[in-house]
Amino acid sequence: MRVNIEWLRDWVKFDLEPAQLAERLTVAGLEVDSVEAAAPDFEGPVVAEITAVEPHPDADRLVVCNVNDGRKQHVVVCGAPNATSGLRVPFAPVGALLPGGVKIGRAKLRGVSSDGMLCSEKDLGLSEASDGLFELPNDAPLGQLIREHLQLDDAILDIDLTPNRGDCFSVLGIAREIAATQGLKLETLASSPVAAQSSDTLNVKLEANAGCPRFVGRIVRGISNTATSPVWLTERLRRAGLRPIHPVVDVTNYVMLELGQPLHSYDERKIDTRIVVRLARKGEKLTLLDGREINLDADVMVIADKAGAIGLAGIMGGQRTAVDAKTQDIFLEAAYFSPPAIAGRARRFGLHTDASMRFERGVDPEHQARAIERATELLLDIVGGEPGPCVETKLPEHLAANKPILLRHERLQALLGLDVSAENVERILKILAMDVKRKRNGWRVTPPGYRFDLRIEEDLVEEVARMIGYDNIPITPELSKVHLGTVTESRVPEERLADLLAARGYSEIISYSFVDEELENAINPGAPTAKLVNPISKDLSVMRRSLWSGLLTTARLNLSRQLSRMRLFEIGGQFSVVASKIEETPVLAGLVAGSRWPEHWDFAATGVDFFDVKADIEAIFQITGRLDEIRFSPAEHPALRPGQTARIQLAGEDIGWLGSLHPVLEHRLELRTNVILFALRLEQTLQSTLPNFRAYSKFPSVRRDLALLVEENVSVDQIIETVRENAGDVLQNVVIFDVYRGEGIDSGQKSVALGLILQDTSRTLTDADADRTVSSVTEHLGRVLGATIRT
Amino acid sequence: MNQTAQLLNQARDAVEGTTTLDELDAVRVKYLGRKGLLTVRLKELGGLSADERPAAGQIINEAKQALTAAIKTRRNVLEKERIQATLQADGLDVSLPGRGHVSGTLHPVTRTLRRMLRIFAHAGFEVHTGPEVEDEYYNFTALNIPKDHPARAMHDTFYLESGLLLRTHTSPVQIRAMEKHGVPIRLIAPGRAYRCDSDLTHTPMFTQVEVLTVDRGISFANLKSFTYEFLSSFFEREVELRFRPSYFPFTEPSAEVDVLSESGRWLEILGCGMVHPKVLKNVGVDPEEYTGYALGFGVERLAMLRYGVDDLRLFFENDIRFLEQFR
Repeated sequence: MRVNIEWLRDWVKFDLEPAQLAERLTVAGLEVDSVEAAAPDFEGPVVAEITAVEPHPDADRLVVCNVNDGRKQHVVVCGAPNATSGLRVPFAPVGALLPGGVKIGRAKLRGVSSDGMLCSEKDLGLSEASDGLFELPNDAPLGQLIREHLQLDDAILDIDLTPNRGDCFSVLGIAREIAATQGLKLETLASSPVAAQSSDTLNVKLEANAGCPRFVGRIVRGISNTATSPVWLTERLRRAGLRPIHPVVDVTNYVMLELGQPLHSYDERKIDTRIVVRLARKGEKLTLLDGREINLDADVMVIADKAGAIGLAGIMGGQRTAVDAKTQDIFLEAAYFSPPAIAGRARRFGLHTDASMRFERGVDPEHQARAIERATELLLDIVGGEPGPCVETKLPEHLAANKPILLRHERLQALLGLDVSAENVERILKILAMDVKRKRNGWRVTPPGYRFDLRIEEDLVEEVARMIGYDNIPITPELSKVHLGTVTESRVPEERLADLLAARGYSEIISYSFVDEELENAINPGAPTAKLVNPISKDLSVMRRSLWSGLLTTARLNLSRQLSRMRLFEIGGQFSVVASKIEETPVLAGLVAGSRWPEHWDFAATGVDFFDVKADIEAIFQITGRLDEIRFSPAEHPALRPGQTARIQLAGEDIGWLGSLHPVLEHRLELRTNVILFALRLEQTLQSTLPNFRAYSKFPSVRRDLALLVEENVSVDQIIETVRENAGDVLQNVVIFDVYRGEGIDSGQKSVALGLILQDTSRTLTDADADRTVSSVTEHLGRVLGATIRT
Repeated sequence: MNQTAQLLNQARDAVEGTTTLDELDAVRVKYLGRKGLLTVRLKELGGLSADERPAAGQIINEAKQALTAAIKTRRNVLEKERIQATLQADGLDVSLPGRGHVSGTLHPVTRTLRRMLRIFAHAGFEVHTGPEVEDEYYNFTALNIPKDHPARAMHDTFYLESGLLLRTHTSPVQIRAMEKHGVPIRLIAPGRAYRCDSDLTHTPMFTQVEVLTVDRGISFANLKSFTYEFLSSFFEREVELRFRPSYFPFTEPSAEVDVLSESGRWLEILGCGMVHPKVLKNVGVDPEEYTGYALGFGVERLAMLRYGVDDLRLFFENDIRFLEQFR
């Protein structure tokens, strides 16, 4: 909420610079976001009167004005449509400095010399746009500096109110807070009731029970429809961020800003017979002031006349009874709508109005008549008219006062960790206008009606703490209570995986959990996605089912910025829809693209491939001690290139994928580089086995190399498995040291060279031992896999 | 006699004249080999009388020993020369770049988070996690944010078609953890949170750390102490803080904390407060017996302050030139 210092000073006489006041309010819980000047710097413009207007001899759009600034006459050329004789306007004489450092000089405009410039609000930096000269009151003193006349050396505080402090949504509320925290007196500024000049009233019926237990109305007949709002009022509205609209609306807005009570004005002649406050009927329609027609629900409160709804209670009026330029008789409304009856309703209709913001946080239930009197007083000054009586309609049984709260002295001190005397607590509560009754161990406290945020003991504790100042609460360490949690070793910390990948040259990324639906569907067509109802944009509209969309998008971004070699990984959740339930699975995924090594003087630049990345994955399972349990088997995935895709299984369970990006996707994303992707379910991946020490042999080992010829479809896994099964305990390790296709090998076949490392734990192996092992292995390789020994 | 001396001199000259180990070996063979000139002379001793033989033999043996010593000395010299030559040939330009992978990078959010968790671990806090797709109860109701409450407007929530939502903070984790483990409890809940908001200072996803302590006798003064200690540890200096009243539905009293920057400005850094009694009741804890405090941090915010990053959006853009600045 925006409030200006000069208006606040009407209510409380404080002696603080704006910045100081902002600081004090902030530490009291009203966070001041900014302090702005009420007007930009300018110097020189004064109040002047146009005494004569002549047409310009050479320009249709310009006029030549005689201007009196109280000291002398000036001739000023002007292009404003509202330049008329008798009008008082801001005049910037030669030498004046306008906002933005514009210096006014003597100028010749189409042959007529001009002694200065007549100003619009825009010229003075008071509005974004103007359609003519700034019209000042007829009694504005000639020659007075504009800054002085409009009290522009003023500051505007922009206060970020928390939703609990509805009571501060007004000049009065903030003044009350300043008075309480600074120990100052709040001015009363009571409007004396305006005497009725007629007995005209409208019949008001309240049928919404607790939703609207009080309604104050008044008819004012015969208002002027040519009057305009005075500058002092529009200036205050402007500083609060509102634009003048119509004098009647300006007045109701003014009173709302000042007292926090939203008012509504109706064109009385458009109201059919009477007013009812009731819940809407299902299917009932209402055309709002903004011209939109809405369908109402049965839990929405409306103001209605005999013909139907004429306003959305506490949110926005209807078009049918709106005040317009021809309005002569008005009906003013100031009602108390309770927060539960208003909360959430405005949002439902996509509205967010000054009135709804105040009602849903709570307005003072005692303030309605005061607001009507204040508005009447202002209206009579500005548009005249004949007021009827101020009529209050209420449902006393629904106007419950705030309930008393028990505050225990002991509890207060324990919760804050602060010693505070009973006298001090009482003093603070009373400053905040609470009704305080001493009890044995504390107080019975009844907060004022406008404090909707004080319901329980802790709320009062906060009030006391706030007034003492949070900075005055001591800093006390807790008594140490040692508790050693368990540190498991059956799960590798996520950090270790991240560190491993970083050590292998990967960069960690964090990408959004919601992604582009089209890309997501291209990666994994057919599967259902969890869609956002209210996405921020189309390309962030569905929950990712894998981390690849984010990785690919990141790759594309970096490629577009000429960064072509990348090794990326991300750890995060993926969200799949299974039997219409959303399953959230933490995943480690990666993308590798470009050259195998950073560009180097000793390497030819070769593209990274499947096996480079496979080594990274194997390294992970070396850490968890489960490399033996990992299998890569040929499989198909819509995002991956057929023939270069592996499903990853851990102890027989599917836990991930590794493969080259499918050329169709590569083309679609315009990546134009080789891309390898992988993904691993995190929880399974992290499960580790404890190291279990095995003694190693002190006898020498023997190595026997074999070159096998096998069919293409025989996998190395099968070969190793067959070797393992048949070599017996002496086999320590099998290494694959060559895979060859081409000259000398029939097509459809490949040569695989393997080394068997043999060792016994109790003796030195002889050649005969080794020969026996090798022949058993070769025999089985031949029988099971059709392998022949290459010689 | 003379012949032997002559032969020795001749052999010595040959040894001195060698330039390689191979040449030296050839000299050795020529004089000391099985058919070497000196060796042969020893065999010829057989032609002498028994009287002459010992003296002549001694002379020849002495010559052989002298030559062997000379060869050994020469071999040392030549070996040194050979190593020297190899070293010269094998010299490297040590300024050339090394070979292999360069070090990768950890995201600044991860880096910041790790430090935070390490600090909290010192104080006995355990990490708890919870789902990112939440329901109204855990994200709002249990945290004392009833439906239609204006505070929900502070949380621009992403809803899913199923009626579920993306958690707007990691605070639901405190509810889940207290339901499961009861109190006393000291926990940290790091993770992703989401709000339907995107501008210069807001991204629709961010990383939050929620801290919760519930025990007997916990006070606001304890909360202040904890906050000071944590932030001083995090920024590695004695921080100056400003606690100011604020509003969160799940804490009462509530505060926002500003830290005084080195340039003398107050920067908002976290929200905190004493756990609201309704929150405790919602998880079956008696607020008369237990009290607690909770704090919520934006990790990106801390990372920005710590590393001087001036645009929040960079964290999620993942430009390699950004990532590479955090190893």
